[in-house]
Amino acid sequence: MVDQKHQWKAWIYLAPAIILLLVFTVWPIINTVRMAFLNDYSGLQAVGGRVFEFGIDNFKKVVDYKEFVTCLKNTCLLCVTTVPISTILALLIAVCLNSIKPLQKFLQTIFFLPYVTNSIAIGMVFAAMFNIVGSFYGTENEIVVTAGIVNNVIEFFGGTHINWINAGSSYWANIVVMIVYIVWNALPFKILILLGGLQSINKQYYDAARVDGTPRRRVFSKITVPLLSPMLVYVVITGFIGGFKEYSSIVGIFGENMGPPDAPRRLNTMVGFIYDALSTNKQGRASAAALILFGIILVVTLINLQVSKKRVHY
Amino acid sequence: MAKKSVMTTMQEKNMQQVSVQQKIVKIAVKVIVYAFLIAMAVIVLFPFYWMIISSLKSLAEYRESVPTFWPKQILLSNYVDAFNTAKLGRLFINTMIVGVVSTLLSLVITVLSAFAFARLEFKGKDMLFAGLLATMMIPGELFTITNYSTVTQLGWINTYTVLIVPFLVSVFYIYLLRQNFMQIPNELYLAAKVDGTSDIKYLWKVMVPLALPTLISITILKMMGAWNSYIWPRLVANDEAHSLITNGLRNAFTETTGDVNYPVQMAAVALVSAPLFLVFIFLRKYIMQGVSRSGIKG
Amino acid sequence: MKVVLENLTKIFPSRNKKSGEEVIAVNDFTFTIPDGKLIGLLGPSGCGKSTTLYMISGLQKPTSGKIYFGDDDVTELSTENRGVGLVFQNYALYPHMTVKQNILFPLQNLKGADKLSKDEMLDRALNAARLVQIDELMDRKPSELSGGQQQRVAIARALVKMPRVLLLDEPLSNLDARLRLQTREEIRRIQRETGITTVFVTHDQEEAMSISDMIVVMKQGIVQQIGKPQEVYDNPINLFVAKFLGTPPINVFEGKVEGGKIYIGEDAVLDITGVEDQPVMIGIRPEGFELSENGALKCKLTNVEVMGRDVSVVSKNDSCVSPAIRSIINADNKVDPSAEFVRYDIKPHKIFIFNKETEERIYFEVK
Repeated sequence: MVDQKHQWKAWIYLAPAIILLLVFTVWPIINTVRMAFLNDYSGLQAVGGRVFEFGIDNFKKVVDYKEFVTCLKNTCLLCVTTVPISTILALLIAVCLNSIKPLQKFLQTIFFLPYVTNSIAIGMVFAAMFNIVGSFYGTENEIVVTAGIVNNVIEFFGGTHINWINAGSSYWANIVVMIVYIVWNALPFKILILLGGLQSINKQYYDAARVDGTPRRRVFSKITVPLLSPMLVYVVITGFIGGFKEYSSIVGIFGENMGPPDAPRRLNTMVGFIYDALSTNKQGRASAAALILFGIILVVTLINLQVSKKRVHY
Repeated sequence: MAKKSVMTTMQEKNMQQVSVQQKIVKIAVKVIVYAFLIAMAVIVLFPFYWMIISSLKSLAEYRESVPTFWPKQILLSNYVDAFNTAKLGRLFINTMIVGVVSTLLSLVITVLSAFAFARLEFKGKDMLFAGLLATMMIPGELFTITNYSTVTQLGWINTYTVLIVPFLVSVFYIYLLRQNFMQIPNELYLAAKVDGTSDIKYLWKVMVPLALPTLISITILKMMGAWNSYIWPRLVANDEAHSLITNGLRNAFTETTGDVNYPVQMAAVALVSAPLFLVFIFLRKYIMQGVSRSGIKG
Repeated sequence: MKVVLENLTKIFPSRNKKSGEEVIAVNDFTFTIPDGKLIGLLGPSGCGKSTTLYMISGLQKPTSGKIYFGDDDVTELSTENRGVGLVFQNYALYPHMTVKQNILFPLQNLKGADKLSKDEMLDRALNAARLVQIDELMDRKPSELSGGQQQRVAIARALVKMPRVLLLDEPLSNLDARLRLQTREEIRRIQRETGITTVFVTHDQEEAMSISDMIVVMKQGIVQQIGKPQEVYDNPINLFVAKFLGTPPINVFEGKVEGGKIYIGEDAVLDITGVEDQPVMIGIRPEGFELSENGALKCKLTNVEVMGRDVSVVSKNDSCVSPAIRSIINADNKVDPSAEFVRYDIKPHKIFIFNKETEERIYFEVK
C-alpha cells in the first residue's frame, strides 16, 4: 500500500543522493548546453557582467580550430587501432585461458594485474622503457647513453633503434607507443569479461561439436564467437567509449605536454581539448566540445548496437 | 572378440595410427597455447619487473648502454629519495583522507538510495530511476566544466570537500546495489514489518549483510578511484596541502623524456603502485567480481 | 552395428584431493548390444548410466576395459572418428543457428572422401527432418520451438550423418508428461525405421520398459540385471531391481520362511519347497493380490481408489516396509470401502523372496 507516510520516507532516503545529483549532474547538463549555445561564453566575463548572445559560434569555432582537428584525429586514430587490437588479443588470450586447466587461475591473475594500476604511474614506467637517455648519435664528449630497454630488445633481434618519444621523434612512433600502452591497459578488463563469457557457455555445445567431429577452427568461428557475441559487443562498445575519452594515459607517458618536448600538444585528445579550454576560461568552447564528444560517443555506440543487432543472436 | 579377419585388424591399426596422430596434434596445440599465454604473461608483467629493478639500480647502472636485468648492487636509497622528492608522505595522507571519507559517505548514500529504489513504493519511482540510469550515458567531462565553476563559486577550491563531495553519488553503484537488494526476497521485509522491525534496522541487520560482497566491491573500486583520480584534483586542488597521490607524482616528475633520474622516478612509481597491489593480493576475488559486473575503471 | 562393452570401468579421481576417495562410476560392465536394437540403460541418478553412454560416445575415456563397434576396437578412438550420434539431455542445439543450420552442421564437418556437395547436404538434412517430422520448421531458431520440437531437431541432427550408433541421454526428461508419451513412441518408430543400434539412458523405468528391446538396470556403477523388459520385471534378480521396476511399485514386507511356508507376520501366504527356514524380504507386485474372503493375508483397509478399469486398494499391514500396501484389482471385484479388513490370496508368480542381508533373490518352487 502506498500511503503518504511511506512516500515521505522514501524521499528522505533519497534526499542526499538527489540533492547531490541535482547540483553536480543535472545542473551541469543544463548549464553545459546553455554555455555551449552562448557565443564566446566565458565564466570570468560572465561574473564581470558581460551578456552573451545566443548562437552556435562556439561549435563553429571548435570545428574550425586546428587544434581541435588534431585532437579529433588523434582520438579517432587511437580508437580505431586500440579497440580492435585489444579485443582480438583479449579474445585469443581468453580462449587459450579457457582451454587450459593447470595454471589457469594463476595466469588469469597475472593478466588482470594491469587493471589495478595507476595509469599515470605506469605510464611513467612505459616512458622509461621507450626513452633514450642523452643524445643518440652521441659524439665522444657526450655521456654514454642507454637507448631504453625496448630499443635494446629491437637491437638484440637485429633491428635498428627508433626514437620513440624523445625530442625529434616522429608522430607515428609516438602513436605506436600510445597504442602499445593503451592496449596493455585495456587487456585486463576485456580478458576478464570475455573469459567470464566463455565460462558461461554450456559445455554441451562443445561436446556436441566434438561428437560431430568439428575441427577446432570451425568450433571457434561457428560456436564460440557467436555464443560470445554479446560479450564481444559489450567489450567493443565500452572500448570505444573509453577510447574516445582517452587522456590520462597520454599524460602518463608524455606528461602534460601531451607530446614530445619539441612538439607539445601533438598527441592531444578530445578530453584534453576540453580541459585546455576550461583552464583558459573558455567555458563556451569547452561545453561545445563536450557536447560534440557526447554526440560522437552516442553515434558510435548506436552504430555498434545496430551492427551487432544483425550479428548477435540474443 | 575371438574371430577377427585380417581386414579388420588392419583397419584397427589404421585407427590406432589416426588416434596417435590426434594425440600428437593435441599435445602440439597444448604446447602452443601455453607458449602463447606465457609469452603474453611475460609481456604483461615486464613493465612491473622493469619498474622494480630500475628502482633498485644506481643512476650510473641504469645509464649503461647494455641494460642489466638484475641490479649489480641493490640501492634502496632511491626509495628514500623518491619519498622525499615527491613528498609522498603528505600525498599518501591526503589520498587516504579523501578515499576513506568519500567511500564511507558514498556507501551510506548508495545504500539508502538503493534501498528506496528496491523496497519502497513512491510516486514516480520508475521514472526517477530511468532518469538516473540515463545520466550514465553522458561522459563525465561534460559535468566537469560546470562543476568547476560551481565549486569555485562555493569557495571550495583547494579543500578536501571539493575532492569528496562532487563524486559521492554514483548512479552506477546505486544501480548495482539495487539489483542486489532486489534479489533478497520481499517476504523477509514483510516478515520484519510484521515483527515491528524499523526500516533502518532491517536495512542494517538484513540487507546490508546479505549484500556485503557488492558493498565490498564498491568500497574497493571507490578507493581505487581516489587513488587513481587525476584530472579533477589537478583542476581544483593543486596545492601541496590537498593534492592527491597521482597529481603529486606527476608534478614531482614533470620530465618524462631525456636524461631523467629514472631510478628515483621508478621508486616513486613503485611506492605509489604498492598499496594497490597489496589490496589486489588480498581482495582479488572482490575486485574481479566487482569489475566484471561494473565494467568501469575506478 | 553391434556394440560390445568388455569389462568397462570408469573411476573418477576424488574432487577433494585430501580425502582421496575416488568414485567408481562404472564397475566392470560387460555386455553385447545386439545390432539394430534399442537398449535402455536404467537406474537412479548417479548409477553410472550416463557415464557408460559417454564412454560409448568417446567423450569420456574408460579407466579400463574395451569398447567394440562391430569388430573394431574403438576404445582409443576419439569421439569424432567413432561415427556416433549423440542427443543431449537438454539437446545442446546451437541457439544462434536455425533448425536447418543445426542439422547441416555435422555434415559440414565431413572432410576428404566423405565430403558432400551442397545439394547432397540439403537433401540429407531434409530427409532427416522429414523422418522426425520437423521439415516445416527448418528456418526457425531453437528458441522459437517447443521442447518436443527441439528434441526432434536434436535427434535429426544426430541422425543426419547416419551414425553407426545413436545415443540418447535422458531424451524425455525435459518434456511434459503428455509429450513424453508421444515422443517415446516417436523414438521407437524412428529407431525401427532407421535400424540404427540405439542406446538411451533414463531414470524412468516406465519409459525404459515401454520402448526398449532390452534394458540394463544399474546401481552404483554395477550392472544389476540385463534382459528384455518383461523378463526383468517378471524375474528380478534382487530386491533393488524388483523395487525399481513397476508402477505402482512392488510392495515389500518383512517376513520369514518357516516349514515350507512364506510368512508375512502370522499369515502364511504361500506353500513352497526348496528354501531353508530363514528371515526374508518379501516382494509382491500390486497385481499379485486377489481378493478372497478366506484369503491368507489380512490387511487393514484404508482406502479404495477407482481408476476405471481397475481399482487400487490401499491397505495396511504391520509387516509392510512402506506405510501402505497398494494392490491393483479388477474392477469387477466389488470392494466395500467401509469394511475394516480385506483379505488377499497371493498369486504365486507375483511374489518374490529375497535374502534379508544380501537382498539377493531366493528362488523357490510352489508346492
